[in-house]
Amino acid sequence: MLRIRNLHAGYENLLVIKGASLHVNPGEIVTIIGANGAGKTTLLQTLAGLVRPREGEISFDKTSITALPAERIVGMGCVLVPEGRQVFGTLTVEENLFLGSYSRRRSLPREEYRRELGDVYRLFPRLEERSGQLAGTLSGGEQQMLAIGRALMAGPRLIMLDEPSMGLAPIIVKTIFEVLARLRDMGKTILLVEQNAKAALRIADRGYVMETGQIILEESAAELLNNKDVQRAYLGKEYKSIADLGEQGERQ
Amino acid sequence: MTFEHVLQYLLAGITIGSIYAIVAIGFNIIYNTTGIINFAQGEFLMVGAMTAVTFSRLVPLPLAIAIGIAVTVAVGVLIDFVFIRNLKKPTVLNMIIVTIGLSIIIREVALHVWDEKVRSLPYFTGDEISSINILGAYISPQALWVLGICATMVVLLNVFFKYSVMGRSMRACSANPVAARLCGINTKNMVTMSFVLSAAIGALAGCVMSPITQTQYDCGTSLAIKGFTVAILGGLGNSTGAIIGGLIVGILEEFSISVMPLAYKDAIAIAILLLIMFFRPSGLFGKQEVSALKEF
Repeated sequence: MLRIRNLHAGYENLLVIKGASLHVNPGEIVTIIGANGAGKTTLLQTLAGLVRPREGEISFDKTSITALPAERIVGMGCVLVPEGRQVFGTLTVEENLFLGSYSRRRSLPREEYRRELGDVYRLFPRLEERSGQLAGTLSGGEQQMLAIGRALMAGPRLIMLDEPSMGLAPIIVKTIFEVLARLRDMGKTILLVEQNAKAALRIADRGYVMETGQIILEESAAELLNNKDVQRAYLGKEYKSIADLGEQGERQ
Repeated sequence: MTFEHVLQYLLAGITIGSIYAIVAIGFNIIYNTTGIINFAQGEFLMVGAMTAVTFSRLVPLPLAIAIGIAVTVAVGVLIDFVFIRNLKKPTVLNMIIVTIGLSIIIREVALHVWDEKVRSLPYFTGDEISSINILGAYISPQALWVLGICATMVVLLNVFFKYSVMGRSMRACSANPVAARLCGINTKNMVTMSFVLSAAIGALAGCVMSPITQTQYDCGTSLAIKGFTVAILGGLGNSTGAIIGGLIVGILEEFSISVMPLAYKDAIAIAILLLIMFFRPSGLFGKQEVSALKEF
């Protein structure tokens, strides 16, 4: 569905992505894990068209989207939920969701729009309760739900999420990841970038490990979870995390 | 002061106040899309009125006004295409300074095209001596044109921004340009659209007020200051606030004539601007929660 070959991208004098290649198959949840500054966010921004690639090839559904601007890529069914939510703070929740469907404003019949809005509200009942409220006054978790809901309103086949769990309470993180699993069951394809590598690998089918602008490892999510290097670098295993102690406690 | 006097000042204040309100709404439209203050807004009124005056000798008045609006819209689009779109670092501050520079350029060009003479459009209906008696006070029919056109514009704009796809996406661009692009909104086109809209209503306001206040190459500056005061007073971006703010400033100005020398009239707006900045920077009707979410 999405295929990236030898991608180079960055900002003015700074090359961040240095020859990344990866692919996402239809119906998969693929996650990219890596340390801060590895280039994960830049990679997603390049895929979404916010950053122009310098070299390499991006194709979506066998069509090249390498040089397309962001506003065109959404219309093709490839949507980004950006880092830090980025909701329209001065607009209401419902207006935010309405604008999510902007790329389909000419092709989407009214009843269909209503139905999809209902779907989003069923996925996030909290948003329906607050549909008339300004998005900027929502809590962080609600804003993240809104950002995902807004992306869904674009009718995407591929959803890319940048750090959806950032700065959220564990209970909200759990809800968000449950929704992602449900979206996969509904036939959406998901590319997920996460700091919370453990949670991401648990719902993902495959994973890539990114380091200093390059993909250094690709494996199934289960294998990555068991990979010693990954455990040490990204899952915090050597420190005997609280979760592990808890598991031992249960065994005893 | 007799009742008739009070009413007379009140009517005059409402008329001039609604012009200020329209200038303020012009500020608001561009502010709502880009987050910047377009200090060339006053020049839109001047260009619209001057062009209409020139053409009114050749073609019927409505057509002349239409040409005035069209020329002003062209100027607005030109500003966007040549300057705003191509800014290397399109920060809010940079764009505001560009508009200040442009207002000076437009004024100087107007001086060369039209010279420094004061002109005015003919009255839309009646002439300078026809007046309507309202409870002992006299109001020019042109004042009714001003009020009617301003009220219509306000209603239409409110509907446009609240309910239309384009109006909503223009607000989205203001709230978060990157997220707007991720929704598929072409933000640059929305900025162009906001310049078109605000140039058009500026030009229309310039035409409708021209018979009363007269038009000169540099009349945009003071209008811009008054309009800016009104926009701040009503809460930037809030068009209902702009109406009420406009009426307040207009009425206070007119009443000031009865207690102060005429020369101090223009100081009223500045005084209000300072007071607002000290005591309520979000404006009378700016929601505090909204202004907390905006850059300024």
